[in-house]
Amino acid sequence: MQRPRTLEQALEVLARATSSARLLAGGTDLMVEFETGRTHPDVVFDLWGVKELRYVRAENGGLRLGSLSTCRDLLDSALAREGADLLVLAADEVGAEQIKNRATLGGNLGTASPASDLGPVLSVLRARVRLVSLRGEREVSVDDFWTGYRATQRANDELIESVFIPTCPRDERRGFRKVGTRRAQSISKVVVAMALRVDGGVLQGVRSAAGSVAERIVRLSTLERALDGQRPSRALVSDATRDSARVDARPIDDVRSTARYRRATLQRVAEGLILDLAGIEGAH
Amino acid sequence: MSVQEPVDLRCTINGVARELRAAPLRRLLDVLRDDLGLTGTKEGCGEGECGACTVLVNGEPVNSCLVPVCQVDACSVTTIEGSGFEGVQAAFLEHGGAQCGICTPGMIVMTRAWLEERSRLGAAVDLESARKALAGNLCRCTGYAKILTSALAAAAVKP
Ligand SMILES: Cc1cc2nc3c(=O)[nH]c(=O)nc-3n(C[C@H](O)[C@H](O)[C@H](O)COP(=O)(O)OP(=O)(O)OC[C@H]3O[C@@H](n4cnc5c(N)ncnc54)[C@H](O)[C@@H]3O)c2cc1C
Ligand code: FES
Ligand code: FES
Repeated sequence: MQRPRTLEQALEVLARATSSARLLAGGTDLMVEFETGRTHPDVVFDLWGVKELRYVRAENGGLRLGSLSTCRDLLDSALAREGADLLVLAADEVGAEQIKNRATLGGNLGTASPASDLGPVLSVLRARVRLVSLRGEREVSVDDFWTGYRATQRANDELIESVFIPTCPRDERRGFRKVGTRRAQSISKVVVAMALRVDGGVLQGVRSAAGSVAERIVRLSTLERALDGQRPSRALVSDATRDSARVDARPIDDVRSTARYRRATLQRVAEGLILDLAGIEGAH
Repeated sequence: MSVQEPVDLRCTINGVARELRAAPLRRLLDVLRDDLGLTGTKEGCGEGECGACTVLVNGEPVNSCLVPVCQVDACSVTTIEGSGFEGVQAAFLEHGGAQCGICTPGMIVMTRAWLEERSRLGAAVDLESARKALAGNLCRCTGYAKILTSALAAAAVKP
């Protein structure tokens, strides 16, 4: 057990870490794993005391959020509400108050859950993850950071230092929708985030991502391609979301109706969100 | 460097400075109940879903079943045995906010945190904010109506 107080100390102890070592932030995912025996760590590095990782600050071209920022910190930050509106909406969905006080941004990324509420939003906001180690630092897009089911490209000696959110285009419209509860996630939870512009009656810059519809957070690229440059209509949106639910989603097929149900839910949620954002009448 | 090896911690619990020696990843809940005899804090689910184990760490409500004890080093911890809960407790008694009592300590700690947050923000105490604040506290007995009534009544007595 190591309890570094500064980023430098954290990187020094991490430099000798093996794959069995675990980083601990707010503990809302890890403590449950320890308790249920899913994880038996030999070595744990507690980052909670590394206060320099807990910040929100404006930076050239966007906003930088320290990895130890909690969901509560994001909700309380005027900078975050301004520069990362969707992320703050999603942070408000992460558990109850007691969870929000401990659940960190870095921990959410580190768990890489396919059901994360922050994931789809980070993807739509073009978030970049900064990884640091004694070897240096690198920044990767959040879409590349996740590599599969609860898997990331973090190396053993790296930690997530922060997340960068580029300033969003001024005329961009953004939305986030969550259906179902976490408790019931095995049958019903779907999370969708979306951003688009309407330029001269035509859809531009469509970005969309979803959670709980595949083994990881996925971009809805089929949907993006089908909508970009098109005039929005109910028929177009209906077809595009149906195709996307078939192609972009890879829901687990264990219980017979579940995969189908999730595809149908994804289509319904994505469709409603686009119609609302594009300002089309009759949106549900 | 083993995770089992005890560490020395200093913290303030219910206003009293304490020195603790405990394995760093032990749950704050267990240290409070088993080492310190503070059994007012209850365990319901043990996985962050029910709020029965809610305590305040530096004034913020957290689920003590999810907090490793090493993370309260140099912090101030307030449990239901601490002071400052009298008004909320009286309101729960008067308005039938407790039946079997398992959820009650967590409800009362959370209600106090909610009241303090609202007064810090200068915001109104209304049903909607009470409901949101108590969303992580489950009760299998009362059906919540009496709990919410108690919480709102506590707002009326608390300055
Ligand atoms: C009751 C309950 C309800 C929840 N509800 C939701 C919900 O609605 N939506 C949702 O999205 N999530 C939810 N969660 C999951 C959890 O709260 C989040 O994933 C949270 O953001 C994790 O952050 P943490 O700091 O607690 O992570 P920890 O448990 O401390 O760590 C999680 C993982 O991330 C790694 N890690 C942490 N920090 C770093 C870092 N700086 N660099 C590299 N790796 C790191 C750890 O090694 C570990 O693998 C819930 C959890 C509980 C218990
Ligand atoms: S026992 Fe901690 S939340 Fe249920
Ligand atoms: S009074 Fe029994 S659980 Fe709430």
